[in-house]
Amino acid sequence: MEYFLQLFFSGLSRGSVYALIALGYTMVYGIIELINFAHGEIYMIGAFMGLIVAGVLTAMGWPVLSILVIAIIVSVLYSAAYGYTVEKIAYKPLRGAPRLAPLISAIGMSILLQNYIMLAQTPDFLPFPRLIPDLDFMERFSMFLGTSDLFIIVTSLVVMVALTLFIKFTRMGKAMRATAQNRKMAMLVGVNVDQVISATFVIGSSLAAVGGVLIATHVGQINFVIGFLAGIKAFTAAVLGGIGSIPGAVLGGLVLGWTESFATGYVSSDYEDVFAFCLLVLILIFRPAGLLGKQRAQKV
Amino acid sequence: MKAKWFSTVLAVAMAGMLSMGCAGEKKEEKKAEAPAPAAKKVLVLGVAGAQSGDLASYGLPSVNAAKLVAKDLNAKGGVNGMQVEVLPMDDQCKPELATNAATKLVSEKVGIVLGHICSGATKAALPIYKDAKIILMSPSATSTELTQSGSYPNFFRTISYDLIQGKAAAEFAVTELKVKKVAVIHDKGDYGKGFAESAKKALEDGKAAKVVLFEGITPGGVDYSAVIQKIKSTGADCVLFGGYHPEASKIVTQMHKKGLKIAFVSDDGVKDDTFIKTAGADAEGVYATGPQILADNEVYKKALADHEKEFGSKPGAFFPQAYAASQALLNAVAKAGSTDYDKVVAALQNEYIETPVGKIKFDAKGDAEGVSFSVYQVKNGKYELVK
Repeated sequence: MEYFLQLFFSGLSRGSVYALIALGYTMVYGIIELINFAHGEIYMIGAFMGLIVAGVLTAMGWPVLSILVIAIIVSVLYSAAYGYTVEKIAYKPLRGAPRLAPLISAIGMSILLQNYIMLAQTPDFLPFPRLIPDLDFMERFSMFLGTSDLFIIVTSLVVMVALTLFIKFTRMGKAMRATAQNRKMAMLVGVNVDQVISATFVIGSSLAAVGGVLIATHVGQINFVIGFLAGIKAFTAAVLGGIGSIPGAVLGGLVLGWTESFATGYVSSDYEDVFAFCLLVLILIFRPAGLLGKQRAQKV
Repeated sequence: MKAKWFSTVLAVAMAGMLSMGCAGEKKEEKKAEAPAPAAKKVLVLGVAGAQSGDLASYGLPSVNAAKLVAKDLNAKGGVNGMQVEVLPMDDQCKPELATNAATKLVSEKVGIVLGHICSGATKAALPIYKDAKIILMSPSATSTELTQSGSYPNFFRTISYDLIQGKAAAEFAVTELKVKKVAVIHDKGDYGKGFAESAKKALEDGKAAKVVLFEGITPGGVDYSAVIQKIKSTGADCVLFGGYHPEASKIVTQMHKKGLKIAFVSDDGVKDDTFIKTAGADAEGVYATGPQILADNEVYKKALADHEKEFGSKPGAFFPQAYAASQALLNAVAKAGSTDYDKVVAALQNEYIETPVGKIKFDAKGDAEGVSFSVYQVKNGKYELVK
C-alpha cells in the first residue's frame, strides 16, 4: 500500500506538470486549431529565465522562498512576452493560410528558439538551484511525498482553478469561448478576435513558464532541449484528454503521469514510454476525440 | 503595419535580454593547421578527433599531446632521421565527418594516425584506414567491439574498454563497499547498457552480491522518482549506473531528496566535472570509474610539466592516453625502421615503452596490456582516486 501511494504521488506530481504544459497546447488548439510546437520551447525559456533570476537573487542573498516567487513571476512575464511575440511573428501573418502553413511555421519557430538558446546560453547542462525548501511538517510524509512534489501539485491546482474561473466568469473568458466556438461569428458580434488570440498565447505561455521553473528546481538541472520531451509528453496528454478541452488537458496530464509512474513501478522503466503510448492508442481507438473531447463533425 | 514594427522591436529586445544573461563561455575554435608540404624527411602524424563543436574538449588535448611528443623527438633528431609533423584533422565526433577526415588524412599520406576520439566516429573511419594500411591508435574510444571483434587489425588503443570497466565497477562495489544488493540502472544507450550488462554479469558470476533490479530509463526524462521508489522498495544498498552525467546527476539528486542515501557507482561518462557542477552537493560521495592514472608516474609528471610550459594550462581529458599513444606509435615506427604496416604492428606488439599510463605494449587484438580502470570518488567537489 505504501509503495502504491509513493507511485501514486510521484505520478500525480509528474502529471500536474504535464497538465500545466498541456493547457497551453489545448487552449491554442481550441481557439485557432493550431498545434503550437514552439510551446515546449516557451517552457524551456521560462526555466532559463528562472535560472537567471535565481542566480542574481541568490548572489544578493535573498531568502529562498521569495526567490522562488520572484523567479516564477519574472519568467511568467518573460515567457508571456515570448508567447505574444511568437504569435505575432510566426502565426498571425498566416491566419488565412491553409492549415499546414502555420504548422510548419510552428515547427520552424521551435527549432529557431532551441538553437537560439543553445547559442546565446550554452549547449551544456546547467545546475538549477533548489528553490523549494524542505518544510518541517512534511517530514512525516516524506515517505510518499517530498515538499517539492507538494509544491508542484498545489501550484498546478491553484493555477488550474484560477484558469477555469477566468474562462467561466470574465469578459475575456467569455470572448475566448465564443472565439473557440466560431471565430467568424464572434467577430461579427464584436469580439476582438486578435486580442483574444494574443491573450490565449500569453496565458498558455505563462502556465508553461510556471511549469518550467517548478520542474527545473525539482529536477535540479536544465539545458536547451528539455522543452522537446516535455512538449511531446504534454502534447500527448492534451490529445489523450481531448485536444481543445481544458479539463481534458488536466485529466490527460494526470492519466499520463500515473500510467508512466505505475508502469515503471510495477513493470519496468524500460517500458515506461511504451505503456504511455499504448494507452494513447487505445484511448484514441475507442474515443477518437480523447477522454473529454467533444465528439463532433469536423469543421471544414 | 504598426503592430508588425512593434513586434519586431520586441523580438530584438528580448533576444538581447537572454544573450545578456549569457552563462556559457565561447569556446575557442582551433583551426586546423595547414598541412605540411610532403617533403622527403618528414613523418606525418595525423591527429583525428573532435577539435571543434561541443565535444572539442575531448579531442583538443590529443593534439597538444601529439605536439609535445613530436617536439621532444624532433629535438633528439626525429624518428629514423625524419622530423615528425603533426597534422590535426577535425571530425567533431560525427561519423559522417570522420570518414571525410580519414579520407583526407590518407590522401595527405600520413604515416600513422592518433585518433579518433569517439567510438562511433572511430568505427566509421576505420575501414578507410584499413584499406590504406594505416595504423590507428585511439586514446579514448572504449567500445568493446573495436578491438575484441577482431575485424580491425590496424586499430590499437591506450585506454581499456567498456567490458572491463563494468567489471571494475562491480568488483569495487562488492569488495570495497561490501554491498549485498545492487540495483543496476542504465540509459538504454550502447555505452550505458554495455557497461550495465558487463557489471551485472560480473556481479552474478561473483555471487557475493545480488542484482535486485536491472532497468533502463529514458534519457532526458522529466523526472525519475518512480524508478527511485522502485529502487527503494527493493532494499538495494548500492546503485550501479551506466550512462552519462545528465541522467546521473538527476538520479542522484532525486535519490537524496527521497532520503535514499546509498552508494552510487557509475562509469567514465559520469567522471566529468560537469557532473559535479550540475549535481552540486549531491555529487559528494559518488563513485565513478575512469581511466587509470598513475600519479607518481615519471613520464606523466614530465608530460604535465611540458604541457604547462608549452600551453600555459593544465591538460584536458584523455591527455595521458593520447600522450602514451603518440609515444607508442612513434616508438614503434622508430623500432620498425619505417612505416611499413607489418613491421610497425610487430613493434607495437613486442616493444615495451614507458608512458604516462604505465609501461605498455599491445596484445594481438590491439588493446594495451596493463592499462585498466581506477575508481574515483567525489570529495569536496573534486574527483579523487580511491583505488
